[in-house]
Amino acid sequence: MSQQQRPAPGRVIPAPENHVTPEQYAQARTGRRGFMQQAALATGGMLAAAVGAPALGQTAKAAAAAEPPHLPSWTRSLGPGVAVTGYGLPSKFESAVQRRQSPGLTRTPQSSVSFTPLQNLFGIITPSGVHFERHHSGVAEINPHDHRLMIHGLVQRPLILSMDDILRFPSVSRMHFIECGANSGMEWGNVAVPTVQYTHGMLACSEFTGVLLSTLLEEVGYDKARGKYILAEGADGSALTRTIPVEFALDDVMVVYGQNGEMLRPENGYPLRLLVPGVQGVSSVKWLRRLEVGDKPWNTREESLHYVDLLPDGTHRQYSGVQEVKSVITTPSGGQKLTTKGFYEISGLAWSGRGKIRRVDVSTDGGRNWRTAVLQDPVMTKCLTRFRIDWNWDGSPAYLQSRAVDDTGHVQPAISALRAVRGTRSIYHNNAIKTWAVQPNGEVWNVQVA
Amino acid sequence: MSRSRKAFGAAVAAATLAAVASAFAQGGDRPRFGFGVPATPQDIATWDIDMRPDGHGVKKGRGTVQQGQAVYDAKCAVCHGTFGESNSYLVIAGGVEPEDLKTGRAAGLKSGEVRTVGTKLNYATTLWDYIYRAMPWTAPQSLTIDENYAVTAYVLHLNEIVPADFELNDQTILTVQMPNRNGFTTHHGMGSVKGKPDVQGTLCMKDCAGPVKVTSTLPEYARNAHGNLAEQKRDMGPFRGIDTRLYEPGGARVAVADTEGKAPAQGGIDAQELITRNACVVCHAVNARIVGPSFAEISARYTSRYAVRAEAETLLVNKIKAGGSGVWGAVPMPPQSNVKDEEMKTIVKWIFTLTQ
Repeated sequence: MSQQQRPAPGRVIPAPENHVTPEQYAQARTGRRGFMQQAALATGGMLAAAVGAPALGQTAKAAAAAEPPHLPSWTRSLGPGVAVTGYGLPSKFESAVQRRQSPGLTRTPQSSVSFTPLQNLFGIITPSGVHFERHHSGVAEINPHDHRLMIHGLVQRPLILSMDDILRFPSVSRMHFIECGANSGMEWGNVAVPTVQYTHGMLACSEFTGVLLSTLLEEVGYDKARGKYILAEGADGSALTRTIPVEFALDDVMVVYGQNGEMLRPENGYPLRLLVPGVQGVSSVKWLRRLEVGDKPWNTREESLHYVDLLPDGTHRQYSGVQEVKSVITTPSGGQKLTTKGFYEISGLAWSGRGKIRRVDVSTDGGRNWRTAVLQDPVMTKCLTRFRIDWNWDGSPAYLQSRAVDDTGHVQPAISALRAVRGTRSIYHNNAIKTWAVQPNGEVWNVQVA
Repeated sequence: MSRSRKAFGAAVAAATLAAVASAFAQGGDRPRFGFGVPATPQDIATWDIDMRPDGHGVKKGRGTVQQGQAVYDAKCAVCHGTFGESNSYLVIAGGVEPEDLKTGRAAGLKSGEVRTVGTKLNYATTLWDYIYRAMPWTAPQSLTIDENYAVTAYVLHLNEIVPADFELNDQTILTVQMPNRNGFTTHHGMGSVKGKPDVQGTLCMKDCAGPVKVTSTLPEYARNAHGNLAEQKRDMGPFRGIDTRLYEPGGARVAVADTEGKAPAQGGIDAQELITRNACVVCHAVNARIVGPSFAEISARYTSRYAVRAEAETLLVNKIKAGGSGVWGAVPMPPQSNVKDEEMKTIVKWIFTLTQ
């Protein structure tokens, strides 16, 4: 732009459309550009190389096309404009990051579970789109304007609240994990599944926004003398019910509508769910429509036929909600392959339903010797904590383990210690130390060790 | 519609009142915010469906074992089997020993092998409550209260807990003695944040244990059972997914055939996805009998009887829509009116490919 063309101060500068040809503009609007095809081919080649034999030499060769003096096509062309996608999606090159089912685990997808791809995630927040799912009668698709929450029972003023009402109450935002009580349940007897997605993927962590349940209980004037338990019920086809002790309800239980800055996803209970921090996920009833204050626990199906822990003597532990201290290494972990010898960062997640993570130790020799890992800030109560530690792999067999300690002093136990008390048929609450075996060929596999 | 408008108007009015009132009232005696509308006894009666073991919430009504069998055969057997024996879900009946009824402890649970509704459950009210709120699975809350008593009685009878001439009602349901009524404990540390853990790890840091002994590994034949792990890990960075197709018997050769042999998509939607989404697979498998015949058997029957393919397709589509019983066995197939016509055709076309 020459000095003569420059508009006077205060004048509007012409939009950049003036500087591209109509053909370029049309291309940019539709997003159809030749380089997309080239990029797809290039990535296909890289995938093939990685899948076949991800030796260092080959990946370096595949990458050579990107080295100087090469100038990629995206540097030499105009990209699509803003708002081409009103709600952005991950790059198409991230298609490996998916929720997945464990084949054969359940008969139908409506009463089933999908697992969070922990092996692909960084930090502690689970992107809402890959938050694990557990439904008992499929996903309820609810118009929030047609949704109501009823609060009744031992209360002075039984109440029906619309979403408009609930959004008016004073709100809180807190970061908490949700872990299914059956997470790692397939590992009680022996190794059964290949990756951390399937061993530990009924786990997620989000920033939740909603109203403290204590606020709502005060509002309805609950009976403080006799009201000891609260029944929470979902609006889905299973109308799932769980008993929540008032001890939890008054502490930090929330009635949640927000997750990671937006409304809950339908799979996670849109428009309203309960969140019982630190307690097995089934208590955080999704599609919440009813809360009843009572003087006794309800002994619901999800508290008698399921979500009870079978002990060796045939007794079931009932109302066993708290998710105890636990950790797992996510990289490297089962089903992965180390591409070369040398430096690696071992990284994983630790959490406790009783409070904060105080410390995580890591062993690379199957639990004989341990080093203390670095905890990534922030470390929050009943929330995932990311840990990391340096490691130099010399190509010999290694057995990777992590061991978490929470701020009550509870130390994550070995699987042998858990089995000695609870046997192998408990299904629920397996918080054992997890072992990944690194083979000399770089492959990492799920194992259990004594 | 009218309800929500009324609710919103009332909320605004109540909020205005509450704003005035809040200067004077605190705590639980009066509402601090005044949002929402009061839940009337009628409101509560329609939504409050729970039934507790102590009789709280028990509904007036009755039903006999005999009446329950009719309900069960029509609406439940399709998934749970004629005698409650199907293991597609938690098995409904079986494993209860006569001695269990006296002790209140199901002996079969010691081995952990005999987990059924009969051996696990401690109260009959819980069975009533669950059926009433969540069953039949595809039409929850469609049973009447009397039907619910009847079918609950029948399930108890299948477990030999009540006799064939038993009537379950709002009185008797509180007295039924379940085989595992004494089989539960709350004496553990996981019921409270302040609870004491039953298993504590050790904090040893150096020379803690003997040589590592591997006690369990994933068999090679199972390593590709969750799909190719190379496609489940980001192909960037120091850790890549293992190409587990190489662990299949036959290795890489099988891997190539795998991508070519998939069921063909019809009209852009995969038939296999449709039979899963529409829950056909609850009762039908490709090559094995579950509750209903296998898809291969159905295909063989229709393609052998009707030379004209279009005719066979139309007949099978109509059969699936209408449901029926007696052709393959006594357990009826309920009408599948929820499946779209186009999807039904895709499914039927795929079924017939199984005979080619």
